[in-house]
Amino acid sequence: MIDLRHVSKTFRKQDEIVDAVRDISLTIAQKEIVAIIGPSGCGKSTLLNMIAGLYAPSSGSIVYKGARVSNINTDVGYMTQKDNLLPWRTVRDNVAFPLELSGVAKGERAVRADQVITHVGLDGFGHRYPQELSGGMRKRACLARMLLYGAETALLDEPFAALDAQLKLAMHDLLLKLAAETGQTVVFVTHDLMEAVTLADRVLVCTRRPATVALEQRIALKRPRDVLNVRFTNEFKELYDALWERLRVEYHEERI
Amino acid sequence: MTAPDVDAAPGGLHDNAANAGPSPLGSGFMVICQVVLGAVLLLLWQGASGRLIDSFFISNPVEVGTRLFGWIADGSLFVHVWATVYATVMGFVIGSIIGVMLGIWLGVSPFTSRLLNPYMSALNALPKVALAPLFVLWFGLGIESKIALAAVLVLFLVFLNTYAGVREVDQDLIDGARLMRATRAQVITKVIIPSAMSWMFAGLKISVPYALIGAVLGEMIAANRGLGYLVQFSGSQFDSAGVFAVLIVIALLAVALNFLVEIVQHRMQQWRVVGR
Repeated sequence: MIDLRHVSKTFRKQDEIVDAVRDISLTIAQKEIVAIIGPSGCGKSTLLNMIAGLYAPSSGSIVYKGARVSNINTDVGYMTQKDNLLPWRTVRDNVAFPLELSGVAKGERAVRADQVITHVGLDGFGHRYPQELSGGMRKRACLARMLLYGAETALLDEPFAALDAQLKLAMHDLLLKLAAETGQTVVFVTHDLMEAVTLADRVLVCTRRPATVALEQRIALKRPRDVLNVRFTNEFKELYDALWERLRVEYHEERI
Repeated sequence: MTAPDVDAAPGGLHDNAANAGPSPLGSGFMVICQVVLGAVLLLLWQGASGRLIDSFFISNPVEVGTRLFGWIADGSLFVHVWATVYATVMGFVIGSIIGVMLGIWLGVSPFTSRLLNPYMSALNALPKVALAPLFVLWFGLGIESKIALAAVLVLFLVFLNTYAGVREVDQDLIDGARLMRATRAQVITKVIIPSAMSWMFAGLKISVPYALIGAVLGEMIAANRGLGYLVQFSGSQFDSAGVFAVLIVIALLAVALNFLVEIVQHRMQQWRVVGR
């Protein structure tokens, strides 16, 4: 469904030329959950920005459902690393924003927003302003907004980085349930190998900048997955160890 | 112990005594001092007039007061005050509406704003007062030319602030809204304008005194009523008491306008949420 063909991206900062992404080719199937893992600042976010159509690739092309992405891609819901909640709106009004944009009536908006706010564990905070919330709570509000938007593809940039362990598990569970329910395609960026293996059908490991795909691992764990207990199974452990070993080699090679 | 802790401290009595600076008693005392200072200055003025300095130049408080009461008694003062207030308010309203619209329009149209940039800079650098003769030519001697002058002064201040505010809007917020299928109009009304709101208010606030300046200046150039006309007229009659009387009225008017702005701002802050 999402097809990246020899995609490269270079940024020009005054005289300095920065290669963010180099020659990535990648095909993501419908309903697939893909995790992208790699060192910080390696161009993972740039990759998501290009799929969302916010940046045009310097060379190569991105094809989404047979059409080349040349403008903002409104079929994706994008949860950026920085929470971009509107500071003058309450959490509820922020979460309901996509519904407001599509002209859903006020009463229905509030009901549906409250529902999804409860889903992400923010009940009781609907009337608060984003700056009154902690970083993790703001992330969850962003997640709620993206869920309510109900795009066919979800792009998530380190969605659960600021959350504590229990909450992280709850959000993992929620994400998997909703993705299964709605048949969403999910592409997410993470630093956390455990998270990547728990959630994804496929894990891509990126190299240091400029990002290329260093290795790719199918995660053939059966679904639905129990996010709490899947990590204690032997299959999980094997996959995790294998990936970790290859990651270690990859990083080790780079350091030399 | 700092002042904000006082209400939290259970034994606040001697704490209060320790930092009695901003207590009601203190500010009451300050008001008394200020009134006394004013009275002393008036007495000095009265004493110096005619003895140290020719009263032709500085008049004296009694005469100024007499003049003021004379104008109040025959009602002529209110005609002039009303003309100035009307021109100020109308100029402010018209100037701010045009300024805000222009600021938003140029703020969201990079091509047009770059196209018009040198012309806007030139117009902004121009002392707007120099346009007064043109406005008299276009709008006549009546109140319209004063409104135009006040409006032009307000317009540029509000425009520049609004434009800066629109350019400051976080691009990520705009991108986020566009990804959620916001139309261009929705991006402007739901993201750009609310985000630039504090800049717009700052522009509106600083432009209020300029509306008054525009109105008074316009009246000084050519008019048959208004406080600007009255100060100009008194001056040309060598009536220094009259000039001082009008100056006092203009100062009071300016203070009242500022007070009004403070109140409005206070109200605004109750619902306005300042950005991150």
